[in-house]
Amino acid sequence: MTAARRTTVIASACLAISMTASVLVLRGVDRIRPQAALEDALYISSPTFVKRASLGFSGLMACIYWTRTVQYFGHRHANHEQTYNELAPLLQITTALDPQLLPAYQFGASFLAPAPPNGAGDPASAIRLMEYGIAHNPENWQLYYNLGFVYYTELKDYKKAAQVFAHGSELPHAHPFMKIMAAQMAEHAGDFITARMLWSATLESSNEKNIQQNALEHLRAIQVDEDVTNLQAAVTRFGERTGRLPASMAELAAAEHLPGIPSDPDGNAYQLTVEGLVQIEKPDDFPFATKGLPAGYKPAGKPKFHTQG
Amino acid sequence: MSARVIPRIGHIASNTFREAVRDRVLYNLIAFTLLLSGAAIFIGQISIDVERLVVVNLGLTAVSLFGVVIAIFIGIGLVSKEIEKRTLYTVLSRPVRRWEFIVGKFFGLAGTLVVNTFFMGIGVFAALLYVAHKFAAADASILVALYFIILEFLIICALALLFSSFSSPLLSAVFAFSLFVIGSFAEDLRGFASLSHGVMRWIATGAAYLVPNFSALNVISAVAHQQPLGTQLIVQNTLYALFYTAMALSGAVLIFERRNLK
Repeated sequence: MTAARRTTVIASACLAISMTASVLVLRGVDRIRPQAALEDALYISSPTFVKRASLGFSGLMACIYWTRTVQYFGHRHANHEQTYNELAPLLQITTALDPQLLPAYQFGASFLAPAPPNGAGDPASAIRLMEYGIAHNPENWQLYYNLGFVYYTELKDYKKAAQVFAHGSELPHAHPFMKIMAAQMAEHAGDFITARMLWSATLESSNEKNIQQNALEHLRAIQVDEDVTNLQAAVTRFGERTGRLPASMAELAAAEHLPGIPSDPDGNAYQLTVEGLVQIEKPDDFPFATKGLPAGYKPAGKPKFHTQG
Repeated sequence: MSARVIPRIGHIASNTFREAVRDRVLYNLIAFTLLLSGAAIFIGQISIDVERLVVVNLGLTAVSLFGVVIAIFIGIGLVSKEIEKRTLYTVLSRPVRRWEFIVGKFFGLAGTLVVNTFFMGIGVFAALLYVAHKFAAADASILVALYFIILEFLIICALALLFSSFSSPLLSAVFAFSLFVIGSFAEDLRGFASLSHGVMRWIATGAAYLVPNFSALNVISAVAHQQPLGTQLIVQNTLYALFYTAMALSGAVLIFERRNLK
């Protein structure tokens, strides 16, 4: 072997060994570093500074910050974290860099507003974000829709939601359902029909898979909530009529002349407890259901999402 | 002006172009392609609903930054390298005047950057087709953004030549890059001038008009959101870039004409 060849072989071996060793050491460092502390820190929190530092390439910087926001939320959501301290500042920077970045408003509101573990539980920041978006995109009716949605679902402020939907419905190219929403809010804000209409409109008006999936889960949950409410009323009626609780769901179904034993959207029969409470068999399959949950129920793990069938 | 001026400038320009290609400048296209195709494939998986925006923003930003770096690092060596290798004396001993040398060098470098931008532009459109599956009429405005980027390169080439006509390559790079950064803040500088008073206002206003206004040539965000760009803006930006380039080139010629090359 010539000296030059020997050097090549040794240098190649050193390169391969060093590269492998550096990867292994870095994996070790990752294991001992406090991951949560690293993730929950935003070193530059001033939107103005980030915009200046982008040297005019603020559009690209906004995309980078938006991706970082999605990763931040996704990672913490997957780990069932209860705090999202940097979510609002990240969205603020993203939208300051590019005020026309509509996904940041539409998804940002749905990240910020819902209570943990489905979101950051910060509807006030979600409203500020949407109002900033509307101020910079005044012709976009969908932002009004998203803002009205936050007032309706998270704050239960039906009057304000009605006002926002009505305002959005006056914009050119606004979807006709905005007018219907405004009317529904004013008259029947808290009922299942309104809730179903809102989520159906979301499902139909979005092409984004994540939004569709979220809407589908809410529609399933509304179905369960409505079923449980109706069945619970049937249990009460049965008690008033007979002076006792029904012994089983079959007895209740027979008394109410139902075609069979009532079941949830997945086909699992609703359960009747000895105390006369109607419950769903698999609550983990309905992450947004608010009724029919066993006493003291806490979600076991990552919510199960279903695809549109 | 002799009728042979244009062929002489053309010869210098074509030699400059060939030299840049021999220096493997166009290798940056490989890095650009990898960057863009990687982004187009992976961003969709780690972000939400911004695939098209990322491709346009990243593509045009990369075209701009790669071009600026090439313009500065080649531009600053165009004169000094010729002096160092003593080839300048051979060129100037022929019937080539100093200003023709400067102008020829400028066109050679500008040509290199136009070719570079052309191929990178094809890359941007290919990546866009990959993520969007079709082109929209509004995508034509990407061509305007690319044109504005070329105008930006013309100004930077001229500035790099201006600095290299009297300074060392290192200092020229520092000056040119600093002007690029300051030029990106030109709108802020103007805003600062409007808030100032007295002499400071005059100085700030003068500085705001003296430095190149690159922010006016940066329409990447608008194009990414498919916003229309007016014809008036295209005409005004073209005139601005041509006048500014002519100003910087004239300065380079004036200095180089008086420079002692012995």
